[in-house]
Amino acid sequence: MDTSIWEPIIYLVGIMAFAGLNAAYLGWCERKGAGHIQRRIGPKEVGWFGLLQPLADGIKLMSKQLLVPQGVDGILFRAAPILAMVPAITSMVAIPFSETIQARSIDLSVLLIFALASIGMMAVLIGGWASGNKYAIISATRSVSQNIAYEIPMLVTVITIVMLSGSMNLEEIAMKQEGGFWNWNIFPVAGESIAQAIIMPISFIIFFICSVAETNRAPFDMAEAESELIAGFMTEYGSMGFGLFMMGEYLNIVVGACLTTILFLGGWYGPFGFTSSVFWFLLKIYILIATFIWIRWTFPRTQIYKLLNLSWKILIPFSLAILLLTAVFLKVEGFLI
Amino acid sequence: MGTEKVPSSIVQFATLDKLLGLGRANSLWPMTFGLACCAIEMMAAGAGRFDLARFGAEVFRPSPRQSDVMIVAGTITKKMAPAVKTLYDQMPEPKWVIAMGNCAISGGPFNFDKNYSVVEGADQFLPVDVYIPGCPPRPEALIEGILTLEEKITGKRRWPRVEPT
Repeated sequence: MDTSIWEPIIYLVGIMAFAGLNAAYLGWCERKGAGHIQRRIGPKEVGWFGLLQPLADGIKLMSKQLLVPQGVDGILFRAAPILAMVPAITSMVAIPFSETIQARSIDLSVLLIFALASIGMMAVLIGGWASGNKYAIISATRSVSQNIAYEIPMLVTVITIVMLSGSMNLEEIAMKQEGGFWNWNIFPVAGESIAQAIIMPISFIIFFICSVAETNRAPFDMAEAESELIAGFMTEYGSMGFGLFMMGEYLNIVVGACLTTILFLGGWYGPFGFTSSVFWFLLKIYILIATFIWIRWTFPRTQIYKLLNLSWKILIPFSLAILLLTAVFLKVEGFLI
Repeated sequence: MGTEKVPSSIVQFATLDKLLGLGRANSLWPMTFGLACCAIEMMAAGAGRFDLARFGAEVFRPSPRQSDVMIVAGTITKKMAPAVKTLYDQMPEPKWVIAMGNCAISGGPFNFDKNYSVVEGADQFLPVDVYIPGCPPRPEALIEGILTLEEKITGKRRWPRVEPT
């Protein structure tokens, strides 16, 4: 493999540009999408179709006073927004965008991405704790309990996929799904058994619900429930600290969509098996991101106990059952059909 | 009001100041905060028919740390005034205040002899930038108020002013 110095530099610049562009313009997409869902126009006057809106927001946030309130833990207060942003960008290193576009092919890339996602959750906890604000602390504890609850079914679902593909490398998992949509993990009709194809869509739904909850998006945004907790863990953050938290949130959505695409939707392979390119990958992740936005502006916020009940009483038993069934289908040759 | 110069820092950066002004004027995030019936009109301004979002001003932030403009929408009672003052103090610079409705301008219908409970105007204790008359002002008037604030920040009017005939 070519180990030229330019390759890491190009990947670094490319990933930073991709992350920055997404973090800025998903905010615009969200505001525009919210507008159209509520029969409004959304941002329109700042540039064509409001396309300069993220720029204006960025200028404003960066030129706003950097306010560190009294009674906060200085170092942690400043570190938390950076911690929210860095893991999200770092995990893009392990994501294969197509057969050739991948910064590093790591054997345990699935595990790496989940480990980094946990650091992102630490940022919320640190931010809430360091603020010294009671609402921020309540929000941080809620966020942690929610993340722990939803990481379990998510990881169990991932184990199912890992068992099916026999690898923890995202690239190999995607390679296993080569061909048309009948080979994808969401509906593997062409796989060993039809029974597997029947349970996999349930697995996909569990994974998608978990990734909505993991990224703290509505209807599971218990961490920033305005009506109860002001702005949650970012109550005391103004200017770019708040901006970094928002960008981190959008990047987590991008990473979640990338992961869902690779694990279930066949990565960079086209739906009918002829083509495979980065175009299909981007198309799939943006459809998933649009679904995230659609869900957010359609459903009202749930309550924290309902949220935890959903995870512990429904998602975890179902995902464990699917894991068990998959093991049986894999071991017993010709089981059922 | 009109196009008076913004009181700014001692050091001036010509073009950069203009750019900052444009950025700030086009993302004026108000605080989610209403005191009385004017707040209902404020909500209407954010909803479908009037759509404050067109000017990038629909992001009502719940925390004062993240908001740029405080829309004092409604009657300020003497009991409420310290809380409003605290909220204003918690906002980071640069920050602006819009006094929406007659009560926030002068006490409105509560401005009479032996008034014991109502503060007679937000400008008694806050530096108000824009006054929006009306009881309550229509959402169009609030949008006009925000456009006037943008004019104050950038020194330029976004659209030609409509003169009453």
